[in-house]
Amino acid sequence: MKRIGNKIIDWIDERYDLTPVRKLLKHKKVPSHKYSAWYYMGGVTLFLFLVQLFTGILLLLYYRPGEESAYESVRFIVTEVKFGWLIRNVHSWSANLLVFFAFLHMFSVFFSKAYKKPRELTWVTGFIILVFTLAFGFSGYLLPWNELSFFATKVGTDIVGVIPIIGEPLRNILRGGEDVTGATLSRFFGIHVAILPAIFTMFLSLHLLFIQRQGMHDPEHFKNLPEEKKKYIPFFPDFALKDFLLWLVVFNILIFLALYFPWELGNKADPFASAPKGIRPEWYFMFMFQTLKLLPAHILFIEGELFGVLVFGVAGFIWMMIPYIKIKNKSDWKVQPLTVIGIVVVAFIVIMTILGYIL
Amino acid sequence: MLLDRRKFLNVLLGLGTFGGVVAIFYPVFSFLIPPKSAEPKVNSVKAGTASELPTNSSKIVKFGRKPVILIKTEEGQYKALSATCTHLDCIVQYKQDTKQIWCACHNGTYDLNGRNISGPPPKPLEEYEVKIIKDEIVITKLG
Repeated sequence: MKRIGNKIIDWIDERYDLTPVRKLLKHKKVPSHKYSAWYYMGGVTLFLFLVQLFTGILLLLYYRPGEESAYESVRFIVTEVKFGWLIRNVHSWSANLLVFFAFLHMFSVFFSKAYKKPRELTWVTGFIILVFTLAFGFSGYLLPWNELSFFATKVGTDIVGVIPIIGEPLRNILRGGEDVTGATLSRFFGIHVAILPAIFTMFLSLHLLFIQRQGMHDPEHFKNLPEEKKKYIPFFPDFALKDFLLWLVVFNILIFLALYFPWELGNKADPFASAPKGIRPEWYFMFMFQTLKLLPAHILFIEGELFGVLVFGVAGFIWMMIPYIKIKNKSDWKVQPLTVIGIVVVAFIVIMTILGYIL
Repeated sequence: MLLDRRKFLNVLLGLGTFGGVVAIFYPVFSFLIPPKSAEPKVNSVKAGTASELPTNSSKIVKFGRKPVILIKTEEGQYKALSATCTHLDCIVQYKQDTKQIWCACHNGTYDLNGRNISGPPPKPLEEYEVKIIKDEIVITKLG
């Protein structure tokens, strides 16, 4: 078996010269220190994206978009198709874990200041990927066409409508008309399975290319160590194997969740029924949902929701531009100003999410 | 002279490229905007028989493509209001215990005249006229 493998590699090598790949695998190394564990978060996120891709393609074989077929086809998948319940549960759980690890990855990069020069574009592309991940979650949520997803989409797309001037046309483009109907479902399906994967893959490739080109970031404390005290591990096979081991652990957690906590399908959407009590969006939108809920009808001279949307939009943009914002370090501060901002952001997201579930 | 000719050709090429880009993107962008479907003009709808609707209860009625909430109050009065929350487009419901209209999405409340009284809704609900003609409930658009 090994001989056949070697023969194939030799055959390719003879034609395409694999020296650069060999060199890379031999020389690439990863810093080893007390915060090394955070290096693996990006890899886990990538792994979960691959799971999404794979299970998503499988679901495509049976899913049929349309007001009269979407809900029925998902019900068919989970009740009639062999292991359909498993594939759907894995897809739903993996989506949630993907968002969780993407956030974890982002905040670990933020707090270790890995976004600083020369890695500004890695941060920016990473942030864009996170926004597209949320768009994946939002568009995929509607596809089963159930009560919860119907109202979540109504609210989510209506929020777009509050943006001055371009809001309303944009909402109509998203909805495929004035209301959330089968036309919206068709559009979201197209967005979810074609448009987003195409753009996402482009930014993900760039993101990975940047990381590959620049290597892992050395945190401040590691940089200040004398050369002889800096420890590294080879990327191949050491880091790659550890990465793979963690993927295996996450895969097991994923299967456990999919088996023991199945994703409910709920009731079919009815455009002429009241929004049910206890309606709430996916947990990763909860902090925004809760903030909008707490805002009064009017703030100064503008409507509360417009105010909220503008604040979130501006805050998101500033967050993306963090590598280009210069805030002077205070020598007498134990915790630096940017870290304080990060802690406030995390605390805000966590508190608002908890409030969303208990209020 | 040679330079002028080159400049001229560059401008021509530039204009041609610009025209080409517009010719591609204009149809694509127009394609994204959904055509306005002719909405049947509805001025009034029948909403069932009055005797069948219990007091202190409600139901959602289709008014063309829009939902309208019809309420029979404890006093036996009929109220019809747009069921679309003015906050973010959710469909409201009648709360029998508080005798108010409530939106489950963001906890907005309205009184029985449709006035927004608490929570995030910025505007009141649009009111409709209710007539009982031979035990049949007829909801009519005001104005």
